[in-house]
Formats: sequence, C-alpha cells, structure tokens
Amino acid sequence: MMLEPLTFWILAIGLIAAAWSVILQRNPVASALSLAAGFVLLGILFLTLGSSFLMMAQIIVYAGAVMVLFLFIIMLLDLKTEEKRPVPYARLTVAVLIAAAFGCFLGTALTALPRGGEVLSWSRPAPPMDAGRIGELLFSKYVLPFEVTGVLLLVATVGVIMLGKKEAK
Amino acid sequence: MELVTQITLNHYLTLSGVLFIIGLAGVMLRRNIVVIYMGLELMLNAANLALVAFSRFGVAPNLDGHVMVFFIITVAAAEVAVGLALMVALYRLKQTTNTGDLTSLKF
Repeated sequence: MMLEPLTFWILAIGLIAAAWSVILQRNPVASALSLAAGFVLLGILFLTLGSSFLMMAQIIVYAGAVMVLFLFIIMLLDLKTEEKRPVPYARLTVAVLIAAAFGCFLGTALTALPRGGEVLSWSRPAPPMDAGRIGELLFSKYVLPFEVTGVLLLVATVGVIMLGKKEAK
Repeated sequence: MELVTQITLNHYLTLSGVLFIIGLAGVMLRRNIVVIYMGLELMLNAANLALVAFSRFGVAPNLDGHVMVFFIITVAAAEVAVGLALMVALYRLKQTTNTGDLTSLKF
C-alpha cells in the first residue's frame, strides 16, 4: 500500500529537481540533458496514472525526437556556456514577481479544490486506458482533429525545409 | 500524514502547477533562445500532466484527456521543429541566440 505514494514522491522530487536544473544551468547541453531526464520521469508519472500508451509516446517523441533536435541545434550553433554578463536585476525582479503572482493564483485555485477524493491505488483496476481504446477514439470522435494534425505536420515539414534551405545564389 | 501517504488528484495538480511555474520563470529569466524553448516545453508538459490526471481521477474517468495529450505531444513536436529551424535561420543572420542582441525589428 506504500508503493504508490513512494513512487509518486520520488518521481515528483526528481521532476522538480530536473526542471530547476533546466532553467538554472548555464550550459545549454546540461539544460537539455536535464530536460530529457524530466521527460522520462514525466513518462513514468503517466504510467502511474495507468496510461502506458502515453508513457511510450512521451518517451519516444519527447525524450527521443525532441531532445535529439535540441542537442542537434545546440551542436550546430556551437552554443557554449553563456558568457558572463552583468545580472539584469530589474528583469530578475520582474520575472520573480510575475512567477510569484502566478504561483499565488495557482495556490488559491489549488486550495479551493475539494479535499480527499479517489486515492491512487494500483490494486484497484483503473478504467481501461490502452492504446486500442485511444485509437478507436482517434478514428471516431476525434477524426477531424486527427486529420488536421496530419496536415499540420505536413505544413511544418514543408516550412522547416523552406526555412532551413540556404538562399540560392 | 494522510497528505503524504494518500496520493489524490490534488497531488498531481500541484506538481503540474509547480512545473508550470518553473517553466514560466525559465522563459522570463533566461536570455538564450534555446533554453527559453526548453522552458516552454516544460510548461506544455505540466499541462499534459494535469490533463492525464483529470482523465484518470475526474468525475467520469475517460480517455478524452489522453487523446488531447496525444495531440499536444504531436503539435509540440512540430512546433519544436519549426522553432529550431527559425533559430538556425536567425543564427545565420545574426550569429547569436541571445535575446538581448535581437532587439531590432529589421535586419
């Protein structure tokens, strides 16, 4: 019975540490690797919620494809550790204030949530959430968004090729 | 004690909120465009976590949240590809990824 909270807390602490590391590292490569670790941890959190399909999608698309793109760009642009510039205190203050204000906003919303509710337990069967059911939904209720996503991917591919192409001399 | 040993929807939502705020702080604090992008990805993922949690614990648990997360993952992948291509194009023009050096509207 203690396994669920233990897993959740380990994943939660790891995830927050990874997120901190992403925004605080000076070296973009270190940021990218922390982000990859965060993506994998989030994938495992999806699994704790009973969604093995989303875990696989998360790890393949985010920790795989997106991270490769990030690292590739960092390598291509040869981004080294940010050179030390004077810390922009005004900007820092504003950023922290906005984040804190948003935090208060979210905190108010979260404390207003009803306490209790269903407790996470893996021994009780969760509602069936396998890839087959998601596929059925994709091709029945969500068939239009699904097709539009396909068009979007095509447009993105063409756009990226146009952007990445060297100007013809 | 119950707060620690009984994981409910609220735990997942709080984690999602914390992640979102860290991402937001990253977007506002950092000056390297690539790292700003990573902050954006963090925020997207925080939203995904909330959607999956609602899908599992909601009043009527169903798969609609999962489908939405699936779409978000797809669109985010496309968005990252386009964004990074823009960064490469920008770097070719200005040889920098620092937002402080990218203040003019016309090159």
